[in-house]
Amino acid sequence: MTEITATRTENTRLQRIGAVLRDVMTRPSGAIGLTLVVLHLVLANVSPWIVPYDYKAMDSLQMLKPPSGAHWLGTDHLGRDVLTRTLMGGREALLVTGIATPIAVIWGGFVGIFFGLVGGRLDEVLMRVVDAFLSLPWILKMLVLIVTFGTGIEVLIPTLAFFYGIPVIRIARAATHDVVARDFVSAARARGHGRITIIRRELLPNVLDTLMVEGAMRWSWMLLAFSSLSFLGFGVSPPTPDWGLMIADGRGLMSFAPWGVLAPVVALSSLIIGINLTADALAKALGIDRAQKAPV
Amino acid sequence: MLRMLLRRLFLGAITVWIVSVIIFAGVEVLPGDACTAFLEREAKGKLLENCREAQGLNRPAVERYIEWASGAVRGDFGVSANGQKSISELVGNRLRNSLLLAICALGVGVPLAIFLGVVTGLRRDKPVDLFFSTAAVFAMTIPEFVSATVLILVFSVWLGWLPGIVLTSAGAPASEFFPEILLPVIVLAMVMTAHILRMVRSSVIEVMAGDYIQMAILKGVPYWRIVFRHALPNALLPAINVVALTIAWLLGGVVVIEVVFNYPGLGRMMIDAISDRDLPVVQAIALIVATVYVGVNLTADLMTMFLNPRLRTHALRGS
Repeated sequence: MTEITATRTENTRLQRIGAVLRDVMTRPSGAIGLTLVVLHLVLANVSPWIVPYDYKAMDSLQMLKPPSGAHWLGTDHLGRDVLTRTLMGGREALLVTGIATPIAVIWGGFVGIFFGLVGGRLDEVLMRVVDAFLSLPWILKMLVLIVTFGTGIEVLIPTLAFFYGIPVIRIARAATHDVVARDFVSAARARGHGRITIIRRELLPNVLDTLMVEGAMRWSWMLLAFSSLSFLGFGVSPPTPDWGLMIADGRGLMSFAPWGVLAPVVALSSLIIGINLTADALAKALGIDRAQKAPV
Repeated sequence: MLRMLLRRLFLGAITVWIVSVIIFAGVEVLPGDACTAFLEREAKGKLLENCREAQGLNRPAVERYIEWASGAVRGDFGVSANGQKSISELVGNRLRNSLLLAICALGVGVPLAIFLGVVTGLRRDKPVDLFFSTAAVFAMTIPEFVSATVLILVFSVWLGWLPGIVLTSAGAPASEFFPEILLPVIVLAMVMTAHILRMVRSSVIEVMAGDYIQMAILKGVPYWRIVFRHALPNALLPAINVVALTIAWLLGGVVVIEVVFNYPGLGRMMIDAISDRDLPVVQAIALIVATVYVGVNLTADLMTMFLNPRLRTHALRGS
């Protein structure tokens, strides 16, 4: 009996994921967005094997050459192949944000749900601390830690995961408040379930949709933060190819070598737009209004 | 009503106080202090001791926090670590420049966003809506340094219409920042417009679907009268909060823009201070930006409350 119920819920869950995915794909924004994201993920994984040149190979005879048969997207100021570096330029960003996003959503989500359920004085205090953290510009918080501890991914991942989890607390708490007063939560309480069980069985399934959309948005903002840091010289260190860094390097030379800037610009923009279009379509498919969010 | 107001002010003050504790504690907890940053390699032995003595870093943290916080309340942030200059003086001009940038961007962005938001909301799923909604997704998602770089490339390098870099010094009168300020303003206004537009659009769509609007349409009230008299006052109310969040973002998030355009604002000063590990300056800027953020959001909350009759009576009844 128990087993039958278990497989049935599993089935409906899979079916629901399938239905949501289909819904996302039928929307033009979802189809374009998801295609872009998948394309970027595939490219980031296979690029080391398909790129025509070594990403750090310099060639003093081939500096700042315009696109040609040998170098499809031209070369940069050190004679490195722009196509190679553009194809590989998202790997570090996707690795760091790909790990940091789930961590941020999970820890922020759990803290938010827990305090949304418990409420009271402690909740009030926590929200003031969250407000205080949110009132500091992200770049200041990140930079202070990065300047102190270095720019490696072992610093960037926890830093991003920590700071981008804080706004998630707020979202998860608000979503929990919408659910917590409903009858089925009172029923679970009356049945004598503990907090952990209520969170897992009653709250989490209802808050999950909001967290999914929130996660997609966090991912795009994290990418934005990561590439901005690289652009400012606080992110990936050379010669590792990175779009933010490539744009920073190519910017001074863009009057006579615009290809060095345009290639990473197109790559970075298409990834972030892809994620946002997907998040938009996902929000619509799940019935969550996303327009009411401001940049944090 | 008064009690409501006081409660909000109190909560805002608490938030600012927590921020100040976080800022101070953060600098305390992180390895290194103003002296190790200032002396760099010579930071050892007697020299370090003397410096700490001179800066008063040997006293207990609580004592120093109280001194720092009470100075900050009076607008005195102490002196910077390396220049030995008054921070209030250093920050003053930079804050003005950042405000100038923010006000120009708001002046362009907010009216444009409200206009476009209403138009796209009323013409939902028509070509004009699809065009501006798609453009908004592009404008708000592409990183600022990317759109700034592209705009410099097009308008400054290729067309030569606008200067792509700000060369005016920090202390120059505001009028001297034109026309150099135009490109940064355009970039900021673009991002802002996109956010507010989306908000206004969804709000207009929601209000226009409301029963009382349907009723007015059925009664034969002229369309533009419905839009201006009945729909917009309700639809624009939530926009106040988004505008507030955007202002807050403007003051903190413009860092990258200021670096790209070499604009002498608070953001670029912050980056420089962090790179130099000039901790007193970092603390001062952090506290100023956080206070502005809290203040702007508080103002927006109160404005929404006073402008919305339902919340107003609720607040009145509450007191």
